[in-house]
Amino acid sequence: MDKITPSSIDTDGLVTRSRPGPQTRFALVDVNNFYCSCEAVFDPRLAGKPLVVLSNNDGCVVARSAEAKAMGIKMGQPWHQVPRELKAQGLQALSSNYTLYADMSHRVMTILGGMAPRQEVYSIDECFLDFSGMGLITTSLRDHGLLIRNRIQQWTGLTVCVGVGSTKTRAKLANHIAKKNPQWAGSFDLESRSSDEQQHWLSSLDVGEVWGVGGRLTAQLKAMGIHTVQDLKDANPKRIRSHFSVVLERTVNELNGISCLDLEELSPKKQQILSSRSFGKQVTSEADLREAVLTYLARAAEKLRAQGSIAGMLQVGIRTNPFKPDTPQYHKALSCKLAEATDDTLVLGQYAVRMLRQLYREGFVYQKASIMLSDLSPRTERQITLFEDTAGREKRERLNATLDTINRRYGSRTLQTAGAGIHKTWSMKRGNLSAAYTTDWRSLPTVQ
Amino acid sequence: MRRSANAAHLGVAHPEPMAQRLPLIASPSPQAGFPSPAADYVEETLDLNELMVRNPPATFFVRVRGESMVDAKVFEGDVLSVDRSIDPRPGHIVVASYSGDLYVKRLSRLAGGRLALVSENAALRDEYPILYLDQAEDCTLWGVVTGSVRRF
Repeated sequence: MDKITPSSIDTDGLVTRSRPGPQTRFALVDVNNFYCSCEAVFDPRLAGKPLVVLSNNDGCVVARSAEAKAMGIKMGQPWHQVPRELKAQGLQALSSNYTLYADMSHRVMTILGGMAPRQEVYSIDECFLDFSGMGLITTSLRDHGLLIRNRIQQWTGLTVCVGVGSTKTRAKLANHIAKKNPQWAGSFDLESRSSDEQQHWLSSLDVGEVWGVGGRLTAQLKAMGIHTVQDLKDANPKRIRSHFSVVLERTVNELNGISCLDLEELSPKKQQILSSRSFGKQVTSEADLREAVLTYLARAAEKLRAQGSIAGMLQVGIRTNPFKPDTPQYHKALSCKLAEATDDTLVLGQYAVRMLRQLYREGFVYQKASIMLSDLSPRTERQITLFEDTAGREKRERLNATLDTINRRYGSRTLQTAGAGIHKTWSMKRGNLSAAYTTDWRSLPTVQ
Repeated sequence: MRRSANAAHLGVAHPEPMAQRLPLIASPSPQAGFPSPAADYVEETLDLNELMVRNPPATFFVRVRGESMVDAKVFEGDVLSVDRSIDPRPGHIVVASYSGDLYVKRLSRLAGGRLALVSENAALRDEYPILYLDQAEDCTLWGVVTGSVRRF
């Protein structure tokens, strides 16, 4: 089982990209209860306990440990609606610690990257691996999945499940089977089973388990007599296409082992950058709003520079809380075409402040502000204007680059414009945030 | 040690996480003016990570509290590098979670073959009892300590 080591796999970027064929093998690897598990790695008291992680502002449940799921806590459930008895029974809640989750995700993805020729990071806790061409190796892909699981478990303390299939859709189903059926110990290769057995597994799964088949589609399919994954697999692709879409036809093909979805290549650059948050407390004054807008703007501009783009369009929006209909409501956004596309935090900030002045109305309780940068183009294709102050521009670019470097090194918002405010009384509620165990020297776990 | 948070869509697998380093200059580069007599000798900058961290995705840092391991030269406030990818064996200094707390101790095989977490402070032996692995409700060997950093 230890035959495969990262070094025995060609991880060179020049691996030949064979078209999907009979040898195509994908794996979907995902981390079980990712956010909750990250917390338990550094606070062992949380292991095996009912735990939820809450969304921004500690509003809703966004992650649940196995024990919290067993208590019947639902995904997205507002925390204040969770019955008091459950809290008395030991249910704990933590604020989202995205700094920690991002670092742990990066570790998991780095390890997985060393265990397959190609990798597509699908989300913070899910990853597709392309095992194509690994058929020659003397171990089974299920065993390789177990090796992956053991290694992630030992190196990071997190538990993953691995599902292997000839298409991404089948790999996703195999992952589901691995997760729900303990006899596979978290790793299942659908293709290694006999066709009878495959049929057994696919018939036992509800059609709603298929990747991309949502609630409404599930209902429509069931009305047509398609209840299980096997039913959908057996459906006539042309009929599915005429009733639904070419996308679902492709899914039927994928279920039948015809790979239509390849690993995504490098993600296209974002066409717009949005930065918006709800406030942690009531914001009424223009001064507080300005701080929030400039803070979100700084973040958006940082992302813009990180992807090497400049923005030609800026939108600023503010709004009151639509879920409090008994309070006076106001929401408005303004868009503005910039005289010159830019990635300069200070220039964008001047526009934003001017727009906010027009947007702001006294007498409302604001709940959210948003910034959107759009009309993006590569920085290298910037139009040079006739009366450009080249020296001044270069100085500005250096200033922005320094801003980014310092904030990357010492934590975001170490350095910011004064307008973004120091105390930030409006910032998010994160009442029960765990430490940045892996990214801040002051927050390391202590050992005695 | 800060890494990019978003590693999305890597396309091709990265066998190694990318450490931030200055470029390696092995050969003299074309230049105008007076050549620097040192140019041919600039090879690489020293990076403490390289000394402390063999396997970055499996290495974590913890901070020491208390005096239980002073005889092993592990002192209060030290930052320890902990490599989870090493299989813990008796004799290793390990970090272990024992009944909900994280400890740094010597993993030892005691008489009768029992595995235990043993403190090393001869002067305060009574304050730090031996933690037997088979007596814990819940004990996980968290990782193997590979180094210590202390600032004065």
